[in-house]
Amino acid sequence: MRVALFVTCLVDLFRPTVGFAAIKLLEEAGCAVEVPRAQTCCGQPAYNSGNRANAKAIALQVFDAFAGYEHVVAPSGSCAGMIRVHYPELFSDDPVNLQRAQELAGRSWELVSFLVDVCGMHRVTAQWHRNVTYHDACSGLRELAVKDQPRHLLGSVAGLTLRELPGAEVCCGFGGTFCIKYPEISDKMVTDKVRDIAATGADGVLAGDLGCLFNIAGKLLRQGRRIEARHVAEVLSGMTEDVPAIGLPR
Amino acid sequence: MLATSRNFEARARSGLANENLQRALALARTGFPLRRRLAIERLPEFEALREIGRAIKDHTIEHLDFYLEYYETKVEVSGGQVHWARTPEEACAAVLQICRSAGAKTVTKGKSMVAEEVGLNEYLEANGITPVETDLGEYIIQLRKEPPSHIIAPAIHLVKEQVAETFRAEHRALDPARLLDEPRQMCDEARAVLRPQFLAADVGITGANFLVAETGSSIIVTNEGNGDLTQILPRVHIVVTSIEKLVPTFEDAAALLRLLARSATGQEFSTYTTISTGPRRPGDLDGPEQYHVVLLDNGRSALIGGEFQDMLRCIRCSACLNHCPVYTAIGGHAYGWVYPGPMGAVLTPSLIGIEQAGHLPNASTFCGRCESVCPVKIPLPKMMRHWREREYAKRQSPSVYGIGLSAWAWVARRPVLYHVFAELASRALGWAGSRRGRFRALPLAAAWTRARDMPAPEGRSFQSLWAERQKMQRPR
Amino acid sequence: MRAARERILADVRSSLNRDRIGADLEAELRARIAAHRRNPTPARAAMLDHRAQVDLFVTMAEEVQATVARVSSIAVVPEAVAHYLAAENLPAQLVMAPDPSLDAIPWKDWPLLQIRRGRAEANDQVSLTGCHAAVAETGSLMLISGPQTPTTLNFLPDTHIVLVEANQVVATYEDGWDRLGTRGMSEALPRTINFITGPSRTADIEQHIELGAHGPRRLHIVLVEGKQASGSNDGEQGRSPAG
Repeated sequence: MRVALFVTCLVDLFRPTVGFAAIKLLEEAGCAVEVPRAQTCCGQPAYNSGNRANAKAIALQVFDAFAGYEHVVAPSGSCAGMIRVHYPELFSDDPVNLQRAQELAGRSWELVSFLVDVCGMHRVTAQWHRNVTYHDACSGLRELAVKDQPRHLLGSVAGLTLRELPGAEVCCGFGGTFCIKYPEISDKMVTDKVRDIAATGADGVLAGDLGCLFNIAGKLLRQGRRIEARHVAEVLSGMTEDVPAIGLPR
Repeated sequence: MLATSRNFEARARSGLANENLQRALALARTGFPLRRRLAIERLPEFEALREIGRAIKDHTIEHLDFYLEYYETKVEVSGGQVHWARTPEEACAAVLQICRSAGAKTVTKGKSMVAEEVGLNEYLEANGITPVETDLGEYIIQLRKEPPSHIIAPAIHLVKEQVAETFRAEHRALDPARLLDEPRQMCDEARAVLRPQFLAADVGITGANFLVAETGSSIIVTNEGNGDLTQILPRVHIVVTSIEKLVPTFEDAAALLRLLARSATGQEFSTYTTISTGPRRPGDLDGPEQYHVVLLDNGRSALIGGEFQDMLRCIRCSACLNHCPVYTAIGGHAYGWVYPGPMGAVLTPSLIGIEQAGHLPNASTFCGRCESVCPVKIPLPKMMRHWREREYAKRQSPSVYGIGLSAWAWVARRPVLYHVFAELASRALGWAGSRRGRFRALPLAAAWTRARDMPAPEGRSFQSLWAERQKMQRPR
Repeated sequence: MRAARERILADVRSSLNRDRIGADLEAELRARIAAHRRNPTPARAAMLDHRAQVDLFVTMAEEVQATVARVSSIAVVPEAVAHYLAAENLPAQLVMAPDPSLDAIPWKDWPLLQIRRGRAEANDQVSLTGCHAAVAETGSLMLISGPQTPTTLNFLPDTHIVLVEANQVVATYEDGWDRLGTRGMSEALPRTINFITGPSRTADIEQHIELGAHGPRRLHIVLVEGKQASGSNDGEQGRSPAG
């Protein structure tokens, strides 16, 4: 299968290892992966702040950049949700582009759900000896039904113990510009999330979205907690040695 | 009710700092979702009912003019009277006129969000009539002169010590040495204090959860029984309600009733679901002599046919509030008006204007939990986004965030430039943060770094690394 | 006010981008109302046979802190009521609905029970009523107002005793409504129809559930499961006629 990686701006700028981890997993699943150069952002910041014009312009760019690939895969539920759910909404009154949006939506996926639901991957060969817990990033969970798939694959990581996080489905308080515009409310939400993570006794927390992870990691670090935060792709691909946990130095 | 939604930020901050409120919210945050989930697990048909509920409400709204006229006819046939009110002033005036004609001295009141919306209590008090709130939560906040902070549990923001303090201060005729430590004692005290009021009332005012067109009936859903005592004991029963509460038949109401209590409190059914139709019948031994329905529009008709029509499906269950991480962090008073939480974030700007209520649809992460629990499938985040779109279109001078977002979008539309920027930014920040792996402080990001560290980037952009790898793999 | 009415209807129509609906659509909507089509109802009670529905009714009622005494015939109702009152340390006195369905109870077998028939007054501690139907799906009692079934009996006293005969148990709320037999005739509907599910309660203070907020603190159901019915339990008579 000819798959295009939607890198996402957070992976691109902050944590390329996640992109390489995604490629490794996709190749393990038998895909030929390409990375279109003409991609930047999915347009969600513009969209969620009410700027439909900019969101549409960026979406059109995405249509062009990802034309012709069998599948488009993003290591982010938030970006994949933007493409699958919100691009069609953006063009709901524009029949021509609506069709392009629906067509792209039909072949766009969040990484882990693609591996399990489309590629039929049921185990990985990675190992990582840790107790971890898993946070369900909101978009992936509610827009794309990403819930069982990461747990399924994590279950096959040798040496890994997964403890369920009470309130796994409660928002961490990132919300894009929300954490900047309403910082005290965001702080309360991430404080609660970190308290719940710490209460599991886990030494690591994983998730499928870097926005959530940077928010959670930032709070864990500020509180001086020794709980590692990583993107689930790093663990599944066995690349945990390639990069320190989020926010830790080399 | 006077809106203070403009002060959202300050009120949210004070809510976060309020220890009693935080204690109270902590109970709600875990309790409500758990009870709802347990109730739903016992009803396999729940998911199907959500779709049915959505369809019933949509159908009714699309034919609302027909159902309103049909309903009015049936109310009249059963001996009642409908008073149409376009505005809060018209609604209040109608209620006052009915009270005056009845020579009302004592007025009891069951919980009604529409009555809050039109400021009925203040209006009546200004005209010499003090309605006595009988719902325990509403009674407590009436004594404290506070607005409700939740649409079904108005005093949810209080801990029991605050309730005890209020009762001691206001029930001065009672023995100051009495024990008032436990909810049981406070409940008994409220029951004893309010019973004479129920019995003395000339007029009883209730809201309505649903109006049934088929029979001209109003339905109230309560647990305490106060709504029922309010509407059967006095000579006059006034229902203060709004046009979108209509459903066609009792069978339609039954479907929605199966969704309501489960979504609200996790009960199978509320203790009292009461269908009232007109005044007492000839030969009845009790019941009111007069039955009036004050039917309010106040901007709802304008929502039909537009981007916010789906909001009219709302059955006021409060599931969205109870599952909202923002509401359960800051409490209902921060929202500044009658309707808090996600449903308030959509409805409040519709009713009082986005200029006043602008913060409400913005203070959301769009986590989507509200929509996922809404019994009638209202796409709440989508409608909050529509409010943001309207605000964006009207913005005269962009804020700091607006400028930043525009700059980002400008770069994002130019991939070549974007890649240069991405590589430069990740190198710069990566280098600056390489020693510690994170930043405790970062210029332009104070809102973030005040409360948490900012993890440093790896130091190269993905696309640059990828391009390098591709070059290395290409045969020379 | 007439103006408000016209304006609201006009605003609704203009939002719907049309004028008043035409005669055809109006006929269709009237037919929809008249058809009383049920939306899908839960299988929970409907799939059971009647005996199991009665058991479900009892289970659900007890779950919400109603108490249920199952007795074999009308003849033992006075004894059951007297024992209940004694067990709850309540005086042996009650106000009873002047409901013909309660006439067959042999109260004179228990002369120490003081019974007044009528509506409830402020100092009545205990009431006794029949019911129109008992809904198994949630253990809910359906009671309707009328000259012989005053609603104050359901709310004013601290203890409400309800006599239910097994053949009054139905599966769903819609089944209870159907027994009214007064389709679309709002002038014939009772003023008040109550669905009562357990005793009064509140959770308004720290979400502690406390029973007996303003309505009855105790809801006691006496369920008669014997063959002797009192004779007035099917739909038509369940709604009190004027005579």
